[in-house]
Amino acid sequence: MRDPMTPGTDAVVTVDDAAVAIAGRPVLRAINLRVHRGDFLALMGANGSGKSTLVRAMTGLRPLAAGSVNLFGTDLTDFKAWHRIGFVPQRSTAATGVPASVWEVVASGRLTRRRWLRPLLGADRAAIRNALEVVGLSDRARDGVTSLSGGQQQRVLIARALAGEPELLFLDEPAAGVDLPNQEALARALGVLKERGATIVLVAHELGPLAPLVDRAVVMRDGRVAYDGRPLADDAVHHPLFLESHSHHHHPPSRHDHAPHVAAPLDTNGQGFGRGGNG
Amino acid sequence: MSILGYDFMIRAMVAAIFTGLAAPAVGTYLVQRRLALMGDGIGHVAVTGVALGLLTGASPTWTAVVVAILGAVLIEVIREQGHANGDVALALLFYGGIAGGVLITGIADQSAAQLQAYLFGSITTISVGDVWVTMGLAAVVVIIAVGLLPQLFAVAQDEEFAQVAGLNVRAYNILVAVLAAVTVTVAMRTVGLLLVSALMVVPVATAQQVTRTFRTTLGLAMLIGVGSSLGGLVLAAFASYQWRVSPGPAIVLLALAGFALTWPIGVLLRRRERLRTPFTPDAPLGHDVTEGHDHEHGERCGHPAVEHGDHVDYIHDGHRHAAHGSHYDEH
Repeated sequence: MRDPMTPGTDAVVTVDDAAVAIAGRPVLRAINLRVHRGDFLALMGANGSGKSTLVRAMTGLRPLAAGSVNLFGTDLTDFKAWHRIGFVPQRSTAATGVPASVWEVVASGRLTRRRWLRPLLGADRAAIRNALEVVGLSDRARDGVTSLSGGQQQRVLIARALAGEPELLFLDEPAAGVDLPNQEALARALGVLKERGATIVLVAHELGPLAPLVDRAVVMRDGRVAYDGRPLADDAVHHPLFLESHSHHHHPPSRHDHAPHVAAPLDTNGQGFGRGGNG
Repeated sequence: MSILGYDFMIRAMVAAIFTGLAAPAVGTYLVQRRLALMGDGIGHVAVTGVALGLLTGASPTWTAVVVAILGAVLIEVIREQGHANGDVALALLFYGGIAGGVLITGIADQSAAQLQAYLFGSITTISVGDVWVTMGLAAVVVIIAVGLLPQLFAVAQDEEFAQVAGLNVRAYNILVAVLAAVTVTVAMRTVGLLLVSALMVVPVATAQQVTRTFRTTLGLAMLIGVGSSLGGLVLAAFASYQWRVSPGPAIVLLALAGFALTWPIGVLLRRRERLRTPFTPDAPLGHDVTEGHDHEHGERCGHPAVEHGDHVDYIHDGHRHAAHGSHYDEH
C-alpha cells in the first residue's frame, strides 16, 4: 500500500486544505486528499460526517470556502473535461413527472461527449449498450424506468454515468436502500470497472458486498478526515469509540457487566433509508 | 355553409394549430420537473403585462411577453434558491400579477370586457399580424423544445447529474422558463391566460397514460395538443349556430375529455405491467403440490405468466402455479 499522501504525477484528484461552508456554517475543514489513478476509494463515516459534501465539493456542486480541488491536473474552476468524470448522485429513484425509458436515461449520460443538435452516432449507441451490459440491464433498455425496482433504478443511474466512458467515477451512496441481490449486481458492475482501470470514489455508509473491491478507505468524522488507509470493516468505522478526537485514553473504557457479549458487527442495517440530506 | 369560408376562421385555425404544437412541447418539460402549475403562475403574471399594454397603448401581446418572461425568470430564481416556502412565494407572485392587471386595466379606463378577451381567449378576433406573431413565436418554441431535447431532458431529469456532465443547468432552466413565458403569451389569444396551463399540461397527462418513453410522450402530447385545439375550435364554431360557445373553454374541455377517455387505458396498462413484474428469483420456501387444475396453463389460458427465476409462475386466484412434471407446484 502506497502512502496516500505521496504527491505523484498519477494523482487524479487532489484536494488541498479545502473547506466547505453551507449557509455560512463551516462543514468541511482542512481536507487534504489525493486520489491516484486506479484507486478504489471508499469515503465512509457516520451520517452528517461530511462524506457526501466532500464528493459534492470534488465535483463542483458545492463551492469551496477555502483551499482547492484539482481534477486531472486542472483546477476545478477551470475544469472543462467533464467527459472524464462520471457522477452518480445520491437519490432513490430515476423517475420524474414524465415517463422515460431506461435507454433514454442512460443516453443522457452521453451528453458529456455530445454537442448541440448532434444526433446519437454509432459510437454513442455502443457506449450506451455497453453501460447497460455492465450493470446487467441490457434486456430492460426499452422499459420505462418506473417499472424497475429501486435497486434496478440505482443501476440505471450508474449506467448513465458509465455511458460517458469516464476515467473517474464518483458514486454517492449507490447501495443505500438497495436490496442484497441488487447490491451484488452493483458490486459486479464496479468490479468490471475496476478491472478496466477506472478510478472510483465511492461514498458509503457501509460497504456490504462492495468490501472486497475497496483498496483504500477514508473515514470522515465531523467534517474532517479521521482516517486514511487500508479498508476497515463496517463495524470498526461505526464503532462509537472509533478515532476518538481526544485520542490519549489513559484508562481505556472497560465493560463491567457480566452478560456474555455477542461479537457480531453492530447491526447498522436500515440506516441507509430515509436520509434526505446527510451532506 | 362551410366554416372555412370565413377569413377569421382560417386565421383562428392557423393560430390553434401552432398553439396546440407549442404549448404541450414546453408543458412536457414543466410536467417532467413537477412544475405543472408554472404555466398558471406565468399566466397570472402576464395579466399585468396585458394591462400595461392597455394603459400605455402599446401592443398587449408584446408587453405581456416582456412581463411574462420577467415573471417566469423570477419564479425560476425562487425555485432555484430552494426556499422551503417557495410555493408560497409563487402564490404571492400569482395574486400580485392578477390583482395588478385588474387594477391597471381600471386605471387605463378600459372595460373589463377588454381584459376578458385575454383572460379567456378570443381566437376568432385574431388579426393577421397576430397570426404571424403566433406562428413565429410558436415555431421558435417548438424548434428549441424539440432540438434541445437531450439537454433539456437531462437537466429536468437530474440537475446535479447534468451539472457534473458539464451542462449549464441554470441557463437551461431559465431557457425553459422563457419558453414557457413565450408560450403563455402565444396561447393567450387562443385559450386565454387563465386556461393556458391546461393546454400545456392536459395533453401531456393524456399522452403519458399510454407511453413509456419521454420522446413518444412529447410527440404524442403535441399531436393531442393540435387535435384538441383544432377540434375545440371547430366544435365551438358549429355549436355557435345554436348557442354562445367560446372556443377557449371548448378547447380545454375537449382536451380534458381526451384525458378522461385515456385514463382508464393507462390504469389498465399500469396494472398489467405491475402484474408482469418478475418475482424475486430466490428459491421458494418449500412448495405445496397442487393436484389437478381444470386446464393446462399456457400462453393462451388467460392467466398472467410472471417470470420467477428460471421458470414462470401462472397467477391464478391468488396462487402462483409453476409447472412441475404432470402437476403444478404452488410457489
